[in-house]
Amino acid sequence: MTIDPRPSVIAERLKGVKRVIAVTGWKGGIGKSVTASTLALLLAKQGYRTGLFDLDFAGASDHLVLGAKGLFPKEEKGLEPPVFEGVKFMSVVFFSENKAVPLRGANVSDAIIELLAITQWGELDFLVLDMPPGINDAALDVMRFAKGAEVLAVTVPSVLAHDVLERSLALYRRLGVPVLGVVENMSDGRRPAGACAAIRRDPKLEAALGRPAALLKTAFARDLRRAAAKAGLA
Amino acid sequence: MHEWALAESVIKSAVEHAGEQKLKKLKETGVVFGELQAIDKEIFSFALEELRKQFPAAAACRFKIEVEPAAFRCKACAHEFPLKGLKKTKDEAEFIHFVPEMAHTFLKCPKCKSPDFEIARGRGVSISYIKGEK
Ligand SMILES: Nc1ncnc2c1ncn2[C@@H]1O[C@H](COP(=O)(O)OP(=O)(O)OP(=O)(O)O)[C@@H](O)[C@H]1O
Ligand SMILES: [Mg+2]
Ligand SMILES: [Zn+2]
Repeated sequence: MTIDPRPSVIAERLKGVKRVIAVTGWKGGIGKSVTASTLALLLAKQGYRTGLFDLDFAGASDHLVLGAKGLFPKEEKGLEPPVFEGVKFMSVVFFSENKAVPLRGANVSDAIIELLAITQWGELDFLVLDMPPGINDAALDVMRFAKGAEVLAVTVPSVLAHDVLERSLALYRRLGVPVLGVVENMSDGRRPAGACAAIRRDPKLEAALGRPAALLKTAFARDLRRAAAKAGLA
Repeated sequence: MHEWALAESVIKSAVEHAGEQKLKKLKETGVVFGELQAIDKEIFSFALEELRKQFPAAAACRFKIEVEPAAFRCKACAHEFPLKGLKKTKDEAEFIHFVPEMAHTFLKCPKCKSPDFEIARGRGVSISYIKGEK
């Protein structure tokens, strides 16, 4: 017999977390990471105890959006995430020295379980998860371990994105995962179909990446704030 | 120390499995340390001693720790190799200690240099058996 002991403590590690928000979208490059990172900053700014966990191990980017450099968790009965701009932040980049992380699916899952088992989030109002594109190990592990996680879905104005999104929403419904709302990112200003809110394409966003104060002042952040409110987030 | 978090998972998991098997008291639990993760046995055992106070079913449990040598199998060239001889810096060893999958970032197949290998044995912490009284 071989027992993997780690799953037994994951619920314990997430015990103090009131809401887990998984920022998902089944397409790549549609703004999940900027949304998740900026949402975490917005929530922290509003006084909520907030965490951000970058679960996209292959393409970790939240540290770049935030401009979080030179951070490392504190070793204390596990790992305590460093606090950056009021956000408790966890990412695989702390352990990869900015090198590539070439993991197969089962390894991704193993690494996620390891980090969930050793990360001490403490008391949080919100834990925002930045998900990799698609439904894969990260998404399945979140459903398995973060019972009660709520989905904030990101899409873009494209027939392809919308069709893929429909399928994913149907799956979440079937699995009983609550979907807070669908946000249409990179919108051209037209009324989004099937989304609760739109975030316009912001030509100034790119230049604000890595600077939290500037990021929060972008039109992107303003739109996101409105979208988050519509989705019932603060 | 981060060993504490894993020690808690071991004791909690052992107690839960004992419950499932209708064992009232745990007598012995076999704990396997994968060589790759390089868990500090002393810190881990110290954490277990502290933790057992919170888990009455494990109050008298003996934790038998055994280290399993790591073994890798390359998916690219099928070469099988041990941990010994693979080069890593002190920092890299520490990252692997926290997340053993970082082996794929810092280690490579000695024959073909691929990071696409399988950790066949000796990855991290697991429980190999539990013994107890009904
Ligand atoms: N509303 C927007 N206006 C302008 N640029 C945007 C907007 N949303 C996202 N971007 C840009 O698009 C790029 C991709 O965004 P991001 O990395 O957040 O996408 P992602 O969905 O997380 O990608 P991946 O699937 O690789 O994880 C980034 O350079 C980001 O700055
Ligand atoms: Mg992303
Ligand atoms: Zn090889």
